[in-house]
Amino acid sequence: MTSLMRWEPFRELHREMRRLQREMDRIFGRWGVELPTVGVPFAAAYPPVNVWEDEEYVYAEAELPGVSMDNLEITVTGTNQLTIKGERKQTAPEKAEWHRRERAFGAFERLVELPVTVDPAKVEARLDNGVLTIKMAKTAEAKPRKIVVKTE
Amino acid sequence: MPSNSPTRKESNEITAPETTRGGTYYTPRTDIYETEDEIVLSCDMPGVKPQDLDVRFERGELSLHGKVAPRGPSGAFLQQEYGIGDFYRSFSIQPEIDVEKISAEFRNGVLTVRLPKQERIKPRKIAVKAG
Repeated sequence: MTSLMRWEPFRELHREMRRLQREMDRIFGRWGVELPTVGVPFAAAYPPVNVWEDEEYVYAEAELPGVSMDNLEITVTGTNQLTIKGERKQTAPEKAEWHRRERAFGAFERLVELPVTVDPAKVEARLDNGVLTIKMAKTAEAKPRKIVVKTE
Repeated sequence: MPSNSPTRKESNEITAPETTRGGTYYTPRTDIYETEDEIVLSCDMPGVKPQDLDVRFERGELSLHGKVAPRGPSGAFLQQEYGIGDFYRSFSIQPEIDVEKISAEFRNGVLTVRLPKQERIKPRKIAVKAG
């Protein structure tokens, strides 16, 4: 018996990369390295990103507390490369006695390879209470096609 | 990870009272600094709506609870790098705080709590009566 399947090399690769990432997280903790208690730098892959889809859109979400839209730049290039670039600015005064410093500040840039192709002209982003949600319209070929089955 | 490392979105191992609904609590990353007049605490609580915040100060303990409404796909994630759930953390505040003047503000997913220190009891001159 033979079956026809769409060949999606990138989806396969993506899945494999994620599996590897999870394995690395399991070994080293999700931040890759141990964080010091003072002057925390951003982790290499900041911010962490969740991705999901429905029939029409792909969604990417990141938690970016303390970042305003003015300090964010979101770009989609090559139909499946999403870049989230920005800066989180420190608001605390220089002269203070610190009890705890767990929050990281500074510039960050994250590239996410999307598992499906999207239209770079149809990207919407919103920031709600520190959560960034990016909604990207899938290209026609990335959308599931409904095949009409003819019956005699 | 050693226990002194910040545990953001890491675990449940805090001493929060258990809820009847269960679910995961996340420990929000927090900065705390002190000036001559006050203690200021900034806490990352992304995804919390201002009306779903519960900030309490009781017997020297400041507790912060942020309810997070579920969001994301109805089915599975294509990629999931962080979890979503409520935030909870509490701190024992050392110096004496002027409880009436505690203020809190929530902006862009960051909760800032200002705890003004109590005015130091001023040295008083005691009049000595002569017999």
